[in-house]
Amino acid sequence: MFSTFLSLLSPDSLSLSHTTTSHFSPTMNGVIARKLYVNVSRLKVRHKPFCTDAATRVSGSNCGQPSPEHKETHDLSNNIQHYDIAIVGGGMVGMALACSLASMPLTKHLNVAIIDSNPALGSRPYFNKEDPPDPRVSTVTPATISFFKDVGAWQYVEQHRHAYFDKMQVWDYTGLGYTRYNAQDINKEVLGCVVENKVLHGSLLSCIENTDFQKTIYPSKLSSMTLPPSPSSLGMDSTSSRPPLSSQRHLAKLELSDGNSLYTKLVVGADGGKSCVRELAGFKTTGWNYSQNAIICTVEHTVENGCAWQRFLPAGPIALLPMGDNFSNIVWTMNPKESTNRKLMNEDEFVKDVNNALDYGYGPHPTSSLFGSGEMFSWPRAGVTLSANDCFEVPPKVVKLASERMVFPLSLRHASDYVSKHVVLIGDAAHTVHPLAGQGVNMGFGDAFALSRVIAEGIAVGSDIGEVTVLKKYEAERKPANIMMMGILDGFQKAYSVDFGPLNILRAAALHGAHFISPLKRSIISYASGEQKLPLFT
Amino acid sequence: MASKLVRHSHLRALSSSISINNHIHSPHFSNPNRAPLSFSYRLFSNASSSSSSTGGFQRSSSLKDLELAKFASIAETWWDSEGPFKPLHVMNPTRLAFIRSTLCRHFRKDPNSARPFEGLKIVDVGCGGGILSEPLARMGATVTGVDAVEKNIKIARIHADLDPVASTIEYCCTTAEKLVEEDRKFDAVIALEVIEHVANPAEFCKSLAALTVPDGATIISTINRSMRSYATAIVAAEYLLHWLPKGTHEWSSFLTPEELVLILQRANITVREMAGFVYNPLTGRWSLSDDISVNFIAFGTKNCQ
Repeated sequence: MFSTFLSLLSPDSLSLSHTTTSHFSPTMNGVIARKLYVNVSRLKVRHKPFCTDAATRVSGSNCGQPSPEHKETHDLSNNIQHYDIAIVGGGMVGMALACSLASMPLTKHLNVAIIDSNPALGSRPYFNKEDPPDPRVSTVTPATISFFKDVGAWQYVEQHRHAYFDKMQVWDYTGLGYTRYNAQDINKEVLGCVVENKVLHGSLLSCIENTDFQKTIYPSKLSSMTLPPSPSSLGMDSTSSRPPLSSQRHLAKLELSDGNSLYTKLVVGADGGKSCVRELAGFKTTGWNYSQNAIICTVEHTVENGCAWQRFLPAGPIALLPMGDNFSNIVWTMNPKESTNRKLMNEDEFVKDVNNALDYGYGPHPTSSLFGSGEMFSWPRAGVTLSANDCFEVPPKVVKLASERMVFPLSLRHASDYVSKHVVLIGDAAHTVHPLAGQGVNMGFGDAFALSRVIAEGIAVGSDIGEVTVLKKYEAERKPANIMMMGILDGFQKAYSVDFGPLNILRAAALHGAHFISPLKRSIISYASGEQKLPLFT
Repeated sequence: MASKLVRHSHLRALSSSISINNHIHSPHFSNPNRAPLSFSYRLFSNASSSSSSTGGFQRSSSLKDLELAKFASIAETWWDSEGPFKPLHVMNPTRLAFIRSTLCRHFRKDPNSARPFEGLKIVDVGCGGGILSEPLARMGATVTGVDAVEKNIKIARIHADLDPVASTIEYCCTTAEKLVEEDRKFDAVIALEVIEHVANPAEFCKSLAALTVPDGATIISTINRSMRSYATAIVAAEYLLHWLPKGTHEWSSFLTPEELVLILQRANITVREMAGFVYNPLTGRWSLSDDISVNFIAFGTKNCQ
């Protein structure tokens, strides 16, 4: 199978083959893993009701197959399903793409396959509202909220736990400066909304369920992908083993770990930071690991928290995000050794640590003015923002830990291309960033909605959606925006990771500037809310 | 290796197509050939001579496979969006946007539908490799593509067979006049970038009109005969940017919009809408505009008798 994949690579794309050879070991492991998976699935067949649920929904060859063993022998039949789009990865971003396609008249007739082994996709989402909040949350920006409203997926979110916030305070451990943001500064009502990931996911899923969008969920993992040969490879070498001149030649073929195969015009890689699609398609990535891990957990207060707090500490920022009902979410970045310690220490110790980090730990509170004035910057009276007059506030005390602590390593990664013929990457598969500004999944949602729009425009003029010329429009729209955001976030991460006197003062001066210089502050808030394309100079 | 020979001969043909081109507009030619077709004609003749020189292969049945494979490689050049036909590929979505908007309005089809042309019979005169025909088929139309050059039809056929939707296209190696003789009728007749290569534009328009049903649509696109178009389409496109082989267009055979409207009027077609294409060199994209001084496209309807 791999030799045919190699032979399909034309001489003109030797550079591509160079990168893919280095990726073959993971896919070799993928083959072994597939065999193991099949064995395991045979044992577990009774514990997976979603398998049969999904099987009844799958049209064509898989109907009526009683058990996974039969699937293996039947995949040799020529009943291989054809799809217009195969979305690999049914997480928030993958489902956002599916939901957006389902909501537009030009694309809602498309036949879409979603490949994700998560059992939650097979059934209707149901959440017990009494459960404490899940620590896995995302801060969605107003731009994302309006996307969700456009596709009709925001109503569901509002019916479940969610927390709008309109204030934000950022300061650091040196006590030299702070800045407060208020949604009123840009004449808006909210700066963002904090929602649990499972609620966002459930909302998108139920939105699709309510339409008659033709989607088929494949509850398994992608094991290999065969892309059609590029035009220049159709030379005169009739000796090599090529697939026959059949109608499948212009389609991509996906093979799944449960033995199913499918043909599709477009493969969308929405499968996260360790994207399988990205590897199999040979996209090169650049990036580095931050020597930092993030601990996330849910905590409880005695009062309601209505503001988002972020304090930059020597080892990394700690963020306290409101979640509603006296709960807040903590995202605390620190070096790996401390993260293991903090994960294991007992709950009371941890709560004490958190309060320390948010309050007097590591350094003093900032005073309300550094150089003795809001007055110095306040002479352009007309444009002064509301929050410039706010005093520094101490965040509410944490009284209890309300969930388990989870630890994630942090890294920056960016795919050098987002598209190639028949393949496109969105979300974390294309870019992963530091969580310090809550932008990661918002960039992913931006990708998903941009891609669905580009696909709709392509269909309007009868294009083949797997064509690179169509997909390049998506890349041209999203890549510069994403790279700029990633650069800024990385800059912040690096600026705050050094404890050096003059640099600290420079940072504090910048923070002061951001607090008092109103046009700059408005620009920053607009950019972070997704309303503005560039941080400055609109 | 033979594919490389094909490619080199293609490039040679591109740069030396002027000698063939000068004969295109002579009145002896009865069928309206397109100058770009001339270099592809030479391409094939060079290709066949080069392949026979490689030698060492069997005759009879395997020759057919070899021919098919040869066509396959040439076909991909037509369809290689980074290849010599790149300008056409880049302009194509803009042309289709105009066609979609005017035909949807005229035939009262839902513009939000993914297949608005369902039930319409459309003929693409001078279809070349099928760059316009395939998107029209994907939009639901029953498409017939005609071209005077046999090789282009073969190329178009091979590429269309790759996509089940496009394989419904009927390709014929024939001319508009012959179709009129066969008494074929279509709801919409589209001839893009053809009329500037035709010996007698008035007769050509009469043929197009004869192919259109009463109250059907006729869409023609061409290049204006203006100072600006001389600078852009001849000097810039052929000599400076090398988008087109030298001698593809004869400036004197361009039509102004007024002339086109007049000859269409004489053929019983009333021009309803006209738009221009402009190219933005910064973004590398074409867009529709009111500027008809260089490339323009006209939508007309056949008068009901």
